[in-house]
Amino acid sequence: MRAFYGTELANPLMLGTAQYPSPAILEAAFRESGAAVATVSLRREGADGAGQAFWAMIRDLGVHVLPNTAGCHTVKEAVTTAHMAREVFDTPWIKLELIGHSDSLQPDVFQLVEAAKILSDEGFQVFPYTTEDLVVGERLLAAGCEVLMPWGAPIGSGRGLANPYALRAMRAEFPDTPLVVDAGIGLPSHAAEAMELGYDAVLLNTAVAKAGDPVAMARAMMRAVEAGALSYQADPIEARDMAEPSTPVIGKAFLS
Amino acid sequence: MRITLNGEPRDVQAETLAEALSECGFTGRVATAVNEVFVPVSQRQSHKLSDGDRVEVLGAMQGG
Repeated sequence: MRAFYGTELANPLMLGTAQYPSPAILEAAFRESGAAVATVSLRREGADGAGQAFWAMIRDLGVHVLPNTAGCHTVKEAVTTAHMAREVFDTPWIKLELIGHSDSLQPDVFQLVEAAKILSDEGFQVFPYTTEDLVVGERLLAAGCEVLMPWGAPIGSGRGLANPYALRAMRAEFPDTPLVVDAGIGLPSHAAEAMELGYDAVLLNTAVAKAGDPVAMARAMMRAVEAGALSYQADPIEARDMAEPSTPVIGKAFLS
Repeated sequence: MRITLNGEPRDVQAETLAEALSECGFTGRVATAVNEVFVPVSQRQSHKLSDGDRVEVLGAMQGG
């Protein structure tokens, strides 16, 4: 597995922490699946200290923490959020999200590149949530990013990989860069497909958190990403149009 | 003075950001911004607040 800013992950599952039925189910989903990375966020803290209890639980999980800039629409907002996240979560990692379209939550890649440059120059290790555009990918690497996270489909849509052709092209174009399919996963088969393309990890949240049994789905996702990664390493066969008998025909008895 | 704390008006005796946090009952790990500018922990003691300042206090939260 390619390393993420020098960190080798124990497995390729990055799991979100939002939308679970309860904190206990969230915790069980992480413990049962063994996901290597947890994404987290920042919101206004009440005097009740709700954020402190959440942070204590995440710290106890012993996973790598990837704070996001979810909901940011401007460079300034995203950069300020990153600064605040670094202080709360004590990590240089930041999942840089700059939303450009309200219906699809498509990244605003122009502002994304600008913010990625500012944050990389300040020593952040940026995980940019981007589209599957090769030129944008090159610009993000030039801005200092060492990871790319193209979307599979719009956030929360569960549609799977909308454009596997482009994701495959991205893998070929950036052979040394850790790539993560972020968003749009609905089923374990989608997660496996991303890994079969040679991706280094899959980041998902809704597919697990909103499943009828989030803990079982988290385990299913872990098995899927591990199966997909093994498949990629095993060099699968090419698909073909016509049948080819798998049982040898030589030595077959003459019985007709 | 009256400040806006996380979007709500609030009267405080505090003169600095650190004092305001303590007065409003924040004890854990939070990050702060005043008038949309990040104020790191190291500057909270020295950061003087003014009437009408907009203070944001953020903590950890679930995210995707």
